[in-house]
Amino acid sequence: MSTPPKPTTPAGRTSEGASANLTHGAGASVTMPARGPEPQPRGAVIRGNHPIDQAEAAKRFMAAPEHLAMHDQRLWDLRQKRDRQKDQIEEWEDLRQLASDIKTHTLTHLDTYLEEFEKNAKANGVHVHWAKDAAEHNAIVIDILRSKNAKRLIKSKSMLTEECGFREYAGEHGIEVVETDLGERIQQLDDEAPSHVVVPAVHKLRTDVAAVFAKTIGSDPNDSDVAYLTEQQRDHTRPLIIGADAGMTGCNFAIAETGSVVVCTNEGNADLSANTTGLHIVSVGIEKIIPKCDDAAVFVRMLSRSALGSPITQYTSHFRGPRKGGEMHIVLVDNGRSDRLGMEKFWTSLKCIRCGACMNTCPVFRRSGGLSYGATYAGPIGLIIDPTFNRHKYSTLPFSSTLNGSCTNVCPVKINIHEQIADWRRVMAENHEIPAFKKTMMKAAGMLLASPKLYRASLPTADSALRYLPRFIVYNRMNTWTRGREMPSVPKETFHQWYKKNRGKNGKKS
Amino acid sequence: MRVGLFVPCYVDAFHPEVGQATLELLERFGVEVDYPFDQTCCGQPMTNTGCHEESRATEELFVRNFSGHDYIVAPSGSCVNHVRHNFDAPEQTDDVKQVRARTYELVEFLHDILKVDAFPWAEFPHKVVLHNNCNALRGLNIASMSELREAQYSKPRDLLDKVKGLELVSIARPDECCGFGGTFSVFEEAVSARMGQDKARDQARSGAEYVTSSDSSCLMHQEGCAKRLHLPQKYIHISQILNGARI
Repeated sequence: MSTPPKPTTPAGRTSEGASANLTHGAGASVTMPARGPEPQPRGAVIRGNHPIDQAEAAKRFMAAPEHLAMHDQRLWDLRQKRDRQKDQIEEWEDLRQLASDIKTHTLTHLDTYLEEFEKNAKANGVHVHWAKDAAEHNAIVIDILRSKNAKRLIKSKSMLTEECGFREYAGEHGIEVVETDLGERIQQLDDEAPSHVVVPAVHKLRTDVAAVFAKTIGSDPNDSDVAYLTEQQRDHTRPLIIGADAGMTGCNFAIAETGSVVVCTNEGNADLSANTTGLHIVSVGIEKIIPKCDDAAVFVRMLSRSALGSPITQYTSHFRGPRKGGEMHIVLVDNGRSDRLGMEKFWTSLKCIRCGACMNTCPVFRRSGGLSYGATYAGPIGLIIDPTFNRHKYSTLPFSSTLNGSCTNVCPVKINIHEQIADWRRVMAENHEIPAFKKTMMKAAGMLLASPKLYRASLPTADSALRYLPRFIVYNRMNTWTRGREMPSVPKETFHQWYKKNRGKNGKKS
Repeated sequence: MRVGLFVPCYVDAFHPEVGQATLELLERFGVEVDYPFDQTCCGQPMTNTGCHEESRATEELFVRNFSGHDYIVAPSGSCVNHVRHNFDAPEQTDDVKQVRARTYELVEFLHDILKVDAFPWAEFPHKVVLHNNCNALRGLNIASMSELREAQYSKPRDLLDKVKGLELVSIARPDECCGFGGTFSVFEEAVSARMGQDKARDQARSGAEYVTSSDSSCLMHQEGCAKRLHLPQKYIHISQILNGARI
């Protein structure tokens, strides 16, 4: 995006100089062209099954300086708050290990715990459904709603329902869905996916929100005061919530021994969604199971500390059974999780509790925005989960990382995220899912670097005109290095040449 | 003690002075240093791109060059991390395993193996920012990490503390990746350069005159970003400071 041209006065001067050079009367007649707020950069371009071009979307995000600075700083603040929480808990690293071990145990006994959960939930009077994929999940929920003649569904934020494309599906089937999480509601009104698993509208400036609300709920487009916007949204949405026919929530933890589900929110909107109508539907990914209520205590201590740097979410609600006279349904969804469980290198990604700490710490995510990934799950965890849904479409994502490893270090369940990113690169390369030029380049590099003679011949020297990096790095048509950086200067001789000259040829090993 | 000196491709081509400083520094401590002439690269560029098979021949060459040495030392955390943790294309013979286990990054070699307690020749009366390369930090654990709750330590800091006149200054986001990332710097150049520029600005705000690191590749990237932004700080490899560079 280019910078807007400087506004000019009728006299052709820039507006900054106008007041100094014009008489009072003339100056007053000069209208300053309004420089509106910076428009919100949009996410990755989705072209069917084509691989997502995350780098292109990231570039557009970075071309919006206000959005970039706000996004980077806001998420970095969360990371710092998380660090301060971690520093206050002496047993933090032990807790991470314990959380990871509980997940290992549960995932390796998943069938048993799922059946135990089902049995106990049923005993609590809950209807339990099993869905093998997104389509089944959506059909089951719509069936339930139809059987109750429900037209309007209020729901709290759930990444699983995003994964299933539920909102769109419900809309197509005549159900009006109202999101009750503020950030998610903003995203819904803007017809945009959440950009982050915990703070779904974190990529938006308040001016963006003002623009969305002005268009959708009729607020003042020029008022981006946070309290005003929140109030406008509340006034608009509360009547919809009160008049709803059914409620839906996601689930943070499903406890096998009690058959209950735990939902954590800061707005109390899950409680609103669950309790306002007589019907509560819960969508649960099968990896959310934990054995005991005691285990939940471990995760609850870590979830909000990792996510937002607060000790605990404002609401941690346990839903055990239907309200008096009401109905409660739990839909246990697989949608690729069983397959993932069978992937030797990637099954531990199922431990994820969706705290988003890896996104907050990821320097690439902070500078790209979550929508640049063009997938349900963005950031480091997305890079290792998304390809399990569609290896081709998300084949480029594992390359949107520097493999710096900070994500692995903040992960409360100790998923080796950056190692799995590297492992996915290998899977992509071995399955012809990386661009042909990249593969050719690496083949050539591999041959060059295996041959000392060829390698030596390829190096730049002071008297060669080659002002490039070693050719194996920039073997392609253009040198992208210099777009944002200067080239290193080329010394008069390589170390190798210096050594030969100054230390003789007896440098050989034997 | 017979040490094989591995001079990574970037260092060989762009920063020969880092290879020289590493060699001289090791010799100052009485180490017999060998520089196998047929060395090229550790194989990381290919593996980093997912092409493990394509790096096999390069990795096998690395093993042929360095087997039989008591230690292999390189002034680069990222190459050493590759050799130690990701060097999996060749058949894992005893030879390969031995070379992998004996490969050390310069700072950890000075700190853990030679247990150096003084650099009497070194004096660097400047304000310096220490940049820990991510592979050296989170792969080789040369320092404690801000994400973890662990006792504070820093091997490069321990060494720099022994240099007369040197004053370490800190930046706002010390452990944040600078965006080099190997082939990431070329394939994802926009994010890479932006991260590097942010890093360079953070360093400039600290008032440091120099930035040092045990990794030349990060320094090269950061220096390129700082120059583009006309920022004043200069970049120097830790081996040069420890070897007594006078500026």
